[in-house]
Formats: sequence, C-alpha cells, structure tokens
Amino acid sequence: MIQRTRLLALTAAALAVPAILSGCAASSGSSGDSDSVSVVGFSVMKTANERLIAAFQKTDEGKGVKFTTSYGASGDQARAVIGGLHADEVHFSLEPDMAKLVDSGDVSKDWNQNATDGILTDSIVVFLVRKGNPLGIKTWEDLTKPGVKVVTPNPESSGSAKWNLLAAWAHAAHAPGGSDAKAKQYVTKLLENTIAMPASGNDAMASFLAGNGDVLVAYENDSIASRAAGNDVDYVIPDDTLLIENPAAVTTDATPAAKDFLDFQLSKEGQTLYAKAGFRPVIDGVQTEVPGAEDPSDPYPTVKTLYTLNDDFGGWPEADPKYFGEDTGLISKIIAGLNIGG
Amino acid sequence: MSTAVLSQDTRAVGRGRPGVRTTLTPGSSLGLGIAMVWFSLLVLIPLAAIVATAGDGGWSGYIDTFKNPQSWAAIKLTVGQSLLVTAINVVMGTMIAWVLVRDRFWGKRLLDLVIDIPFAMPTVVAGLVLLGLYGPESPLGVNVSNTRTSVTLALAFVTLPFIVRTVQPVLAELDADVEEAAASLGATRLTILRRIVLPSIIPAIAAGAALSFARAISEYGSLVLLSGSLPFRTEAVSVRVLSFIEGGNRTAAASLATIMLGVALLVIVALDILQRRVARRG
Repeated sequence: MIQRTRLLALTAAALAVPAILSGCAASSGSSGDSDSVSVVGFSVMKTANERLIAAFQKTDEGKGVKFTTSYGASGDQARAVIGGLHADEVHFSLEPDMAKLVDSGDVSKDWNQNATDGILTDSIVVFLVRKGNPLGIKTWEDLTKPGVKVVTPNPESSGSAKWNLLAAWAHAAHAPGGSDAKAKQYVTKLLENTIAMPASGNDAMASFLAGNGDVLVAYENDSIASRAAGNDVDYVIPDDTLLIENPAAVTTDATPAAKDFLDFQLSKEGQTLYAKAGFRPVIDGVQTEVPGAEDPSDPYPTVKTLYTLNDDFGGWPEADPKYFGEDTGLISKIIAGLNIGG
Repeated sequence: MSTAVLSQDTRAVGRGRPGVRTTLTPGSSLGLGIAMVWFSLLVLIPLAAIVATAGDGGWSGYIDTFKNPQSWAAIKLTVGQSLLVTAINVVMGTMIAWVLVRDRFWGKRLLDLVIDIPFAMPTVVAGLVLLGLYGPESPLGVNVSNTRTSVTLALAFVTLPFIVRTVQPVLAELDADVEEAAASLGATRLTILRRIVLPSIIPAIAAGAALSFARAISEYGSLVLLSGSLPFRTEAVSVRVLSFIEGGNRTAAASLATIMLGVALLVIVALDILQRRVARRG
C-alpha cells in the first residue's frame, strides 16, 4: 500500500516537472506584438533611452508603440538574449557582445551595414577628478606619477573597462615614439597606481564618488551624467584618447516598429537627445547645450589625437584576444603579473 | 531556528539507522514527493549542472584553477576570511543571543528587531553604507576600503544574524530550573555554562556557524564596492567567478564554483562532527 502511494506521488511529481517547465517557457515567449518594441541595452543607456522613447512615441511612426526595456551589464545582457530574453533591439557597450548574438543567430551578419557602421552612440575615455582638479591631472603621464591614486573597473569582469585600458595602451604605443614595450611598461605603472578595480563601471563610479582615489578613468558620458546629477567632480579630456563606440542593432525577428525606433535613434532628433545625455553624436550637424559638460555650450571639443579600435587595434575581433585573452592577453598578463601585496 | 531543530532531528534518525523503517503515510509520501521535486528543481539540478559544466575541462580544469595564482589567491582570501568571520560570529552571535534572551534592558525589543537588518538589506546597499561609514570619507575617521579588513567587515556584517537567530530560540527554551538545581548543588557559574548551557546550544551554534560560513564564501554584493576587488589582494572568489563568466570561460567559472562547493561541504560536515562530539561529551 505504502509502496503504491509512494509510486503515485513520484508519478505525480514527474508529471508536474514538465508542466511547470513548459509553463515558464510559454509565458516568456508571449511578447512580440507588431507594435511593441523590446529594448535590451547596457546599463548606462537607461536614462537617455527613456527620453528617446518618449520623443519617439510623439512621432507618427511611434504613435501607440509599446516599449519594454531591460538594462544591465553589457555582457550579461548579451548572454540573457542568447538565453532566451526577448529582444527587438539590442544596444551594447562594445562590439564583441554583438558578435555573440551574430554567432547565436539572434542578429543578422550584416547588422553593421549602415551609415554609422552599426554604431549608435559614441563617447571617449576621460579622467574624472575631484572638483577643481586639485592634483592638476592633464595627461596620461600624470596618472602614473608617484602617489596618484587611480580607480578603474576590472577589464576581466567588466567588458566596458576594456576601453579604458586600451586607451592607456594606445597612448603609450601609438603616440609618436611609442612602442608595445613602452605600452606594457606604462600600463603596468598605471595598474600599480590603481587602488581599486571594481567589477563594473557603475561600481567604479560609486567607489570614486564615495571618496576612493584621485582619478577615475571613465567615459565622457558617465562623467557628464555624474556632473549633471550634481556630484562634486570635474573631468579632463587628455590630448590623446580612445573613441568609444557602442553598437546597436535590431534582432532577426524584430518588429517593424523596432526598425523605426532605430532609425529615429540615428536621426538628428535622436542623436540630439543622446548628445544632451552625454554621448557624442555619430552623425554630423548636431548642435546642442549639454548640462553637466565642462563647457555646456561646446560640450564635445575635438580631441587632438583620437585613437579608434579599427585604425589602431585592428578591430575588436583582433584586439579582444590579443589584449584580454585569459592567459595570453597582453593586458591580462600584466594584471596576473601584478601580484599586488604578495 | 528551524535549522537547529532540523540538525537535532537528523541526529535522532541517524542513531536509529540499523533497520531503517519508513514512517510514510499516503499523505506524507505525497509531501515527500513534492518536497523532492521542489528541492530538485531549485537545488539539485542546478548544482548538478555546475558540476557537469566543470567536468567539461576534466581534472585538468580543476588543476588549472588551483594553479592559476590569481584564483588561488581569491580562494585563500575568501575561505580564510569566512573562517575568521565565522569564528567571530560564534563568539559575538552567541553573546548577543544570550543578552537578548537572558537580560532585560531598555531597547531590547528594538535590538531584537534590528538584528535582522543585514538579512533584509540588499547587500549592495550594505556595501554602500559600510563604504560611507568606514570608507575614505568616514565620519569616524576609519578608512578600511580596498583592504583585507574591508572584506572581514563586509562578511561580518552580512552574516551577523545567523548565529543569533539559531541560538536565540534554543536558549529561550532552556529550562532555568536545571541551572538553578546545579547552582544549589554547588556548581560554579563556569561549570553550569560548560556542562549545562553549552551542550544544549552547541548544535544551534554549529548550525548557525555552517550557515554563516556558507553565506560568507558566496558573498558578492557587499564586497563589490567596499573591497576594490584588487587581484591578489582583495578579490573574492565570487568576483573571480564573475570575471570568468564575463570572459566567456564557463568551464573555469564552474570548476571554481565546484571547488567552493566542496569547501562548503567540508566545513559543514566538520562542524556537524564537532557538534556531535561536543554534545556527546556534555
């Protein structure tokens, strides 16, 4: 008797499992109306995108379009979409995350065949310093002076931190008289001055705002947003720095409304709204005041020497393994060799 | 508190092991079925998946993890700090539980309520609060951020309630008559504590210590802002695992996770053995 009831219970349980699992699957795949857009983006885009979505919904194409949004660390978001998170449009911090979706078939191979090569927002690597720049930080060389405390996120856990260290590398390798050997030396010195390597760009910002360090190696857009939010910080644009390019694309099963939205984001109106939020426009002719910029009326001064991933590093597919490959990457090896404190 | 009861129960079942006879009625076997399905869905299947993923790299995957000096440093830091914090909790947690149960004072109810805050607060917020209080702009003038002490501090904060909450109900149930009888027979306070009180609360302390240790080795949120995650110095295993996942190396992430699973199991079993020994002697 007991045997039989136990068998019954186990059968019931066995039946319940697939039922529960299929229930989950059904509910996650239910979105996808023709007039809805699911945006999956990296965390910094949240505030800016809210404004763009509101403006888009006022246009003829955008009238009545419903939006669902999800923001998080760029790499996490890419993994989530591969894992089944529904997305009509994806917007990442760096191209390797987009490449993951191309590999998984979620984004078409020709995603970057448009006027901006698939890039939706630009920024540059800058130095965020305490109000009034008490240490007089101006150049990359100032960061490696004795006693200067630097904060930069960890490139092993934060994909976006890779921009920062590649900027440092470019400064020492690609400036006149530079070489890979010098770059290695420079990045080593920079990391020796680093007092915290938080897991993400947001954590690094929080750590810096809590008083850690003299300089945060940061993005221009984050720095502008931080100042616009009223934090007592300034930022310095060095004479030579790296262009940060954030790619966006619609997915293979995107709704028509998603394509309209991407067109809107790339339009003059869309780029102006992004510019107000701290991002350098990817198209010409955008003029606007930017609250939080060092000079709100000339928010995005031309950088004397602007390195790019494509021209100076041969693009992400080449640079990512070369500098950040786990045991072989040039920068990964520097971090592994630091052996700080023992 | 339920864990304390649970650990005593398993002991009782363990003693009667020869010729285990089932006590299942139709109703309770349905209950067992549901419990097992729930447990499998939430715990067993995901854990098996981690171990399986780690197995992709074979034994060399584990050896590589140990040989990687950065991972090894993270393991040493995390396990060492967790043991330290658990030891602190055993003393402090028991003391707080004692004060809460045995003493009457103004604000006792409030203290009893506040103890649970580390449970209720999102750990990232906890990290932020600790950074504000013990960081570079500390109003107390104590700056431990980006040092190993910050790891101790963060772990001590998030694991504080475990031992308090496991010991408290057991202590409250303890019959004061026995202690009085012992005292009237001439036992000193120390003897009473050692021979009567401690043996009764040791299982609860051990259960709380196991929870506290397990929580500490897996902590992430409160560390990310406070510790600075400096490789070789303040980088915890959880941050290291995140780095592996971010770098697309799931096998390394899973093997590091499996190693920590083994460490947790080892410590929990060790605590259980210790607890039985002490309880038997008492």
